[in-house]
Amino acid sequence: MRFLIATLPAALLLAACATGPSPAELDAQAAAMMQASFSDKGIATVARLQQDPANEACSQADASGKPLPAAQAKAIEEANFKTIQWPKDGKFLGDWKEGEKIAQSGRGNTWSDKAGSANGGNCYNCHQISKAELSFGTIGPSLYQYGKLRGVADPADPASKAIVEYTWGKLWNAKAYNACSAMPRAGHAGILDEQQIKHVMALLLDPKSPVNQ
Amino acid sequence: MAESKNIRNQRLRLIGAGLALAGGVALLTSAPPADAQSAPAAKSAADGIAEYRKMLEDGNPAELFELKGESLWKEARGPKKASLEGCDLGQGKGVVKGVFVTLPRYFADTNRVQDLESRLLTCMETLQGFNAAEIAKTDFGKGEQKTLEALVAWISAESRGMKMNLPNAHPEEQRMYELGKRAFFYRGGPYDFACATCHGAEGQRIRLQDLPDLRKNPGDGIGFAAWPAYRVSAGQLWGMQRRLNDCFRQQRFPYPGFGSDVTIALSSYMGLNAKGAESIAPAIKR
Repeated sequence: MRFLIATLPAALLLAACATGPSPAELDAQAAAMMQASFSDKGIATVARLQQDPANEACSQADASGKPLPAAQAKAIEEANFKTIQWPKDGKFLGDWKEGEKIAQSGRGNTWSDKAGSANGGNCYNCHQISKAELSFGTIGPSLYQYGKLRGVADPADPASKAIVEYTWGKLWNAKAYNACSAMPRAGHAGILDEQQIKHVMALLLDPKSPVNQ
Repeated sequence: MAESKNIRNQRLRLIGAGLALAGGVALLTSAPPADAQSAPAAKSAADGIAEYRKMLEDGNPAELFELKGESLWKEARGPKKASLEGCDLGQGKGVVKGVFVTLPRYFADTNRVQDLESRLLTCMETLQGFNAAEIAKTDFGKGEQKTLEALVAWISAESRGMKMNLPNAHPEEQRMYELGKRAFFYRGGPYDFACATCHGAEGQRIRLQDLPDLRKNPGDGIGFAAWPAYRVSAGQLWGMQRRLNDCFRQQRFPYPGFGSDVTIALSSYMGLNAKGAESIAPAIKR
């Protein structure tokens, strides 16, 4: 009967205070409500609700309708930038055909997914990528001709270095560049491994990829 | 023969438009337009889904659940062998017409804000002697959860065409709205998603699926005003509790308790935001 009694302390608190709870009290009640309302199922445990400083700050900013102060956003971006792991062998690009498969797949990490099954990148859920795929989402910007538009004719050319590294960093941890980005932190959160990120890099930057035709 | 093939192609195309999350684009792109009139390039996924719904609405299978729900409301059941006709859904004992568009709301006897499903659990426990916590833990579509599906189908249908009009004068209703707003914007899980990631801006879509902006009233028969609904792909009647459960699953969150505070707070938030929207529940969905 946990779900019946969970609101009682808050109701008592309310009776003692005619003006209702303050925003800070509501924040605390909301946090307690999140913890009390969920249970572990399969691979999705309640520990997932724990917020890191970025998610906590961005959630509060969104709920209050006030954007994050610039200094706080910068601090979050710097902290997230430090988490980026660069490719161990110095090679940034894999196989764009594998990258396309990863971009297509929206699987992974739900409580109905098995532990250890390969995750997809969920990329097409939010982005236009190759021109052939018409079923794409619009939560993120179009990535069609991503490399071509940025002048990447040869990803190995030192002139391409800045774009190549930015793309890797963005895939690894999107919050390194935008504190409250809606994009999952694919590398940092362990959604995609290093090899999978290399394949997605190739999809975006390889001049032979259909993305850049 | 040619005509039936055309109808089939059109059906496939429409289903394809709706199957965005499941990656249904293969259907969409492979099925040619049925005829010259049927496939204007600018037609949105929402238009396609609306057309599909129109084609099926004469035979919405939700009606079967509605009929079952009405008889379950009147039938003496449970350890106390009582009907639900003494259940107060907010407008007095036994009143069903019009109650759906006023839920969730505060109930003095339980001293909490309740949505339709958690209120029905209270009535099933107090009037009929069922164990509400046990029913809440039952898998969707099994045991007494089947009863709940039918009841929410019928009770929501008794408010079909009415406008969402949740009360918010009670401090508890205001508090649940505020908690729901915070839950809506709560980022977490391995993907850092919040409800707002998908439903917190205008004109967004996942794959080809249009996403209602639930920070405000998204319109008649959209978002909160479109559930419960019969899901053709699953062959099931989903109440808002199950709808939210599947949202949280795709958000990569853990498992929300049936009737838990987070589900009711989110319904308070979405329901109050939807004030004035016409309810089409139980709707029909792909």
